[in-house]
Amino acid sequence: MSRVMMVVLGVIGLLALLVLSGATYVVDETEQIVLTQFGSPVGEPVTTPGLKLKLPFIQTANRFEKRFLEWDGDSNQLPTKDKRFIHVDTYARWRIIDPLKFFQRLRDERGGQSRLDDILDGESRNTIAKHDLIEVVRNTNREFAATEELGSVGDEARKKIKFGRGELENEVLRNAQARTSDLGIEILDFRFKRINYVEEVQREVYARMISERKRIAEQFRAEGAGEAARINGERERELRTITSEAYRTAQEIKGVADASAATIYARAYNLDAAFYRFTRSMEVLEETMGPDTVVLLATDGELLRFLENSR
Amino acid sequence: MTRTIRSMPGGPDFRPPDVNPRSAGLVILALLVALALWSSIFTVAPEEVGVVLTFGRYSRQVDPGLNFKLPYPIEVVSKVPVQRQLKEEFGFRTQRAAVRSSFVASQEEALMLTGDLNVAVVEWTTQFRVNDPFKALFRVRNPIETFRDMNEAIMRTVVGDRSVSEVLTIGRQEIASEVELRLQELCDQYELGLKIEQVVLQDVNPPDEVKPSFNEVNQAQQEREKLINEARTAFNQIIPRARGEAHQTIEEAEGYATDRVNRAEGDAKRFRALVLAYRKAPEVTRRRIYLESMQRILPRVRRSIVVDDEFKGLVPLLNLDGPRATEVKP
Repeated sequence: MSRVMMVVLGVIGLLALLVLSGATYVVDETEQIVLTQFGSPVGEPVTTPGLKLKLPFIQTANRFEKRFLEWDGDSNQLPTKDKRFIHVDTYARWRIIDPLKFFQRLRDERGGQSRLDDILDGESRNTIAKHDLIEVVRNTNREFAATEELGSVGDEARKKIKFGRGELENEVLRNAQARTSDLGIEILDFRFKRINYVEEVQREVYARMISERKRIAEQFRAEGAGEAARINGERERELRTITSEAYRTAQEIKGVADASAATIYARAYNLDAAFYRFTRSMEVLEETMGPDTVVLLATDGELLRFLENSR
Repeated sequence: MTRTIRSMPGGPDFRPPDVNPRSAGLVILALLVALALWSSIFTVAPEEVGVVLTFGRYSRQVDPGLNFKLPYPIEVVSKVPVQRQLKEEFGFRTQRAAVRSSFVASQEEALMLTGDLNVAVVEWTTQFRVNDPFKALFRVRNPIETFRDMNEAIMRTVVGDRSVSEVLTIGRQEIASEVELRLQELCDQYELGLKIEQVVLQDVNPPDEVKPSFNEVNQAQQEREKLINEARTAFNQIIPRARGEAHQTIEEAEGYATDRVNRAEGDAKRFRALVLAYRKAPEVTRRRIYLESMQRILPRVRRSIVVDDEFKGLVPLLNLDGPRATEVKP
């Protein structure tokens, strides 16, 4: 084999390799392809994965994502219908369903993202501005579970919602979908990721929360004092009832006893009142005469009369 | 969920040494064969499965162990840890807690509005597994980012339907299970190929600025219980005792009554008996009783003074404080 022959073979081999690599391309599971010929698309987009053929050198494979893609909105400061400024952070999911259209209208993914920025930010601004804050926060009219502090829930929060978060998300989604239908993309879902008060409002809300808590704390303290006072009052009433009832019963019993004793005495002493007076006087005398008593005995008294007589 | 092997490292452009071209070709051929063999063998770790693509198209799923495939440009393998429990943290970061920026970002993550338009700081973790490697690899780009977004959106939706008190106290378990449920639904809808194992609420707090007043409420609650308990204690100390004392009073009155009536009856019986005796000899009995009484009285008294009728004005002369004297004058 001459040296020239080897060089020729080598060049042919290289050329063949070049043509082969130009004529084939691999489509990944995650990709779809639009073939372009000198910049203008040819044929149907390729959406199935595998090894594919194309014309070498003149056709280019433009790759597009087939997977679901994320769109993450910037945190926007938006006013609600009731003039509350909130930070709204959103996300959406979308995919390229018609790569050809997508390629023609938006060129590449960056174009798609920036168009989605316009559409979704605009639509969420519209929707937020059309509804009160509570509609964005609440999802359903679920009753709050009863906690001890339920009384603290303000009137605004008690308002029934007409739409709710989910419905607003759907509204944004529907409106955005209508505007993206001819871009070759499909928005599958749109959600409010974060909703927060802007700083000034947040300060107000914190102040309100603090005063609300203080009120609840006061209420608890007052409840405690009130309940304690009630119990103390009850105690006093009970105490007085018990002691006075006991006193009344005791006095009744004593009265009845005194009365029957009096009757018994009267009945006995009425047998001979004079004799009773006499015996009773004797008893009284006996009981009252102590060691310090001085007794004067008259000679004409009962006791000494006999002395006189005997003189 | 990285696609591990997307490209092989290209050989460095090396200058062929000045040798016989034939043997050089052989060396290159041998190198190529070795490379092809090396990229045909791969191992799958026990917690993983391998997904093999042939020219970009899904061909098969292989189990842990030693496996073979066609060499690199033709077949590519991606490994997915299906057995491993994965975890995402929201509102805090365990590993990077020291990094200021991630801390700030996570505060934002945890701050949310409650249904009564208050603010709560909710931190949570979500544990999950990949249960469909195909979907996890090929249906969604950046599945973890998407998953985090979903978590945040759903947690806020659920918290948005609850009052701040509920979120902070009794609602925790319910919130976690509802988030879990909705998250799984959304995962299925998004075709993420993920299975939610558990959503766990970590610290749930009021914002720092408001915390002291929440503590004050707790304190007030304690105070209330304390006041009520004290009053109850006093009640329980005093009332049963008063009942006992009332009982005592009544019993004593009963005792008094019995005593009084018995005594009266005793006295009456005694008197009655005495009267009967007296009636038999009134004069004698009277005198006897009088004299007996005197007999008992006189020894006890300090002085007995006998006064005759003729002595007048005696009383002022008596030294009433003097010693006991039993002067009996005729």
